[in-house]
Amino acid sequence: MFAALNRILAILIKEFIQMRRDRMTFGMMIMVPVVQLTLFGFAINSDPRHLPTLLYLEDESAVVRSLAAGLQNSTYFDIEGQVSSAKEGTDALQSGKVAFVITVPAGFTRDLLRGDKPQVLIEADASDPSAASNAVGMIQQIVNSALRQDLKGEWAGLSQAPPPVDIIVHRMYNPEGISQYNIVPGLLGVILTMTMIMITSIAMTRETERGNMENLLAMPARPWEVMVGKIVPYIGVGLVQTAIVLLASAYIFGVPFIGSFWLLALGVALFIIANLAVGFTFSTIARTQMQAMQMTFFFFLPSLLLSGFMFPFRGMPEWAQAIGQIFPLTHFLRIVRSVMLKGSDFAAMWPNIWPLLVFIAVATAVAMKRYRSTLD
Amino acid sequence: MTKAGDNLAIDVRGLTKTFGKRKAVDSVDIAMPRGQVWGFLGPNGSGKTTTIRMLCGLLRPDAGQGTCLGYDILKHSREIKRQVGYMTQKFSYWEDLTIRENLEFVANLYDIANKKQVVDDTLEQLGLTTRQKQLAGTLSGGWKQRLALAACTLHSPKMLMLDEPTAGVDPQARRDFWDQIHRLSAQGLTVLVSTHYMDEAERCDQIVYIAYGKLMAQGRVEDIIDQSGLYTFVAEGTGVRELMERLRNKTGADHVAYFGNALHVSGGNLDALTALIKGEQVVGIIWHQARPSLEDVFIHLMGQSVDNTAVA
Ligand SMILES: Nc1ncnc2c1ncn2[C@@H]1O[C@H](COP(=O)(O)OP(=O)(O)OP(=O)(O)O)[C@@H](O)[C@H]1O
Ligand SMILES: [Mg+2]
Repeated sequence: MFAALNRILAILIKEFIQMRRDRMTFGMMIMVPVVQLTLFGFAINSDPRHLPTLLYLEDESAVVRSLAAGLQNSTYFDIEGQVSSAKEGTDALQSGKVAFVITVPAGFTRDLLRGDKPQVLIEADASDPSAASNAVGMIQQIVNSALRQDLKGEWAGLSQAPPPVDIIVHRMYNPEGISQYNIVPGLLGVILTMTMIMITSIAMTRETERGNMENLLAMPARPWEVMVGKIVPYIGVGLVQTAIVLLASAYIFGVPFIGSFWLLALGVALFIIANLAVGFTFSTIARTQMQAMQMTFFFFLPSLLLSGFMFPFRGMPEWAQAIGQIFPLTHFLRIVRSVMLKGSDFAAMWPNIWPLLVFIAVATAVAMKRYRSTLD
Repeated sequence: MTKAGDNLAIDVRGLTKTFGKRKAVDSVDIAMPRGQVWGFLGPNGSGKTTTIRMLCGLLRPDAGQGTCLGYDILKHSREIKRQVGYMTQKFSYWEDLTIRENLEFVANLYDIANKKQVVDDTLEQLGLTTRQKQLAGTLSGGWKQRLALAACTLHSPKMLMLDEPTAGVDPQARRDFWDQIHRLSAQGLTVLVSTHYMDEAERCDQIVYIAYGKLMAQGRVEDIIDQSGLYTFVAEGTGVRELMERLRNKTGADHVAYFGNALHVSGGNLDALTALIKGEQVVGIIWHQARPSLEDVFIHLMGQSVDNTAVA
């Protein structure tokens, strides 16, 4: 009985010693809860407000101005300015610059005062249905209360029910608000992030762990030759995964694909390379496969939470959005969703393509700098 | 393009490597002519592996300089890697590749001519042709060593650096291995081989002995024994082993060791040693003075180096 206790104690002590030695695991045990608490507690918000909005005003009057002020004051809409044509508004929606375009048609004030119930058109980017839904749900109420202040005196009767204006909502790119349209393309990014980083970092650390590295380094291969040789097979893996997700997306989930296949291919290629560069960098830091795994996880978690995959990007406070901009997944999600659902073109996607290029450049530079051609 | 050091395969001075505070290799000078077979000896942790790694560009020396095959070890490690075959102490080929795949990988990395032929020939020489599809990881320890040796000679290097290539290898294979080393050396190959076996040391043209990072002796086996200043008496007969404990720590006997069915008592002071032996005459035990063996000398050197580091 005591012997068994002693043996258990011996194993327990050994585990504690090893746990303490492995600084990275130890750090992870502390950092994971801290990061999770911060992200879930402060960054994530499922009721996004301050959504960028453009106005297309064909009619400008005091009433329209107070309508705009009412939208702004609601905190759901951030009026970023006006457009001078409907096309300008559509372009801004398509490139993802704004979430809403609100159109006040010509003759709005006149019709309103006549009691003709004029229309206000709100075009919402519904490619992420959950991001837009609350604001859209609130708009009638916001408009009514904004107008109530102006409709006083002889027009006070108009502000009584029924509502004085008719709000037409266009849910663009995903009229039925099907969440798979948003999630399935996004999953492509999530799957690629997870596997690309993990596979490369583990494959490389395994060689260090098993002693193969000493052998490889003793042979005349240049660092960049090793890097390219090790990364290229996984690009192939990434492409296979992409094909699987896209096929499932089209034939199982019925997600539309209205954009350019080649633009998406470019995005996928850049994204895969960015993740492989991260994996390679991790492998130059981690000493064991276990550490490589932990680093992958530590990168993956905030990517998932701050990229806009799980929660609307615009719902996060600015500091969280700023961090989110660093992750390749954030930009890739925008590319894949925009290209598939909105049919965005290269110019519209450039704001998300260049950050990927910068990321690749930085990550590769770090990887090359950290890659040692000696055992030191 | 002929320089003074051109006939030297290794020419390094002041080679030093520090890990943390400990000097693993401390100011080692080696000047090794081409075409010879040199043994690299020293106790565990004395810095043999570290020295070899510095010579073939796997570790950057903290101090010191020199050339390997005429190339600067600090600047031209790529050329060195091309022309050196390095066999690591721990098996470092890919255990999840087959024997053949490992050889093919090496052949491709060095871009050698006639790859298929060379790989086939190597498998044939090793006697592994029928097992070429076996995973390298499933080979026995000794066979792994033999595969590693074959793999590191595949690109016909000008120099071999072998880190304990025969550890765990059976006597017949060890003999075959040394025959092969001498055959290669006859063709002009330079070989630096680390080992803990005395019989292997004696097969080398010269040996380098290192202890606690410091070079203790270098030269031909005979010369090292002659220069050791050591005297040895050997006791044979029944019950010599019991003498061992008695003689330990007695004045005159610096080292007492039992091997080859005999007790070897060595010391640096002949008079003190002779006096001690005189007092230990027992019936049934025959004493005679003998030439110190390499092992006696090494044990002696090892003791000296401990004293040195204790003083330092
Ligand atoms: N990467 C390292 N980090 C820290 N210390 C090291 C490292 N490599 C070697 N050492 C230390 O350097 C010293 C020399 O080691 P080395 O492996 O060169 O010895 P060796 O002569 O090859 O021993 P052996 O006969 O056991 O193989 C040892 O004290 C060892 O602990
Ligand atoms: Mg060693």
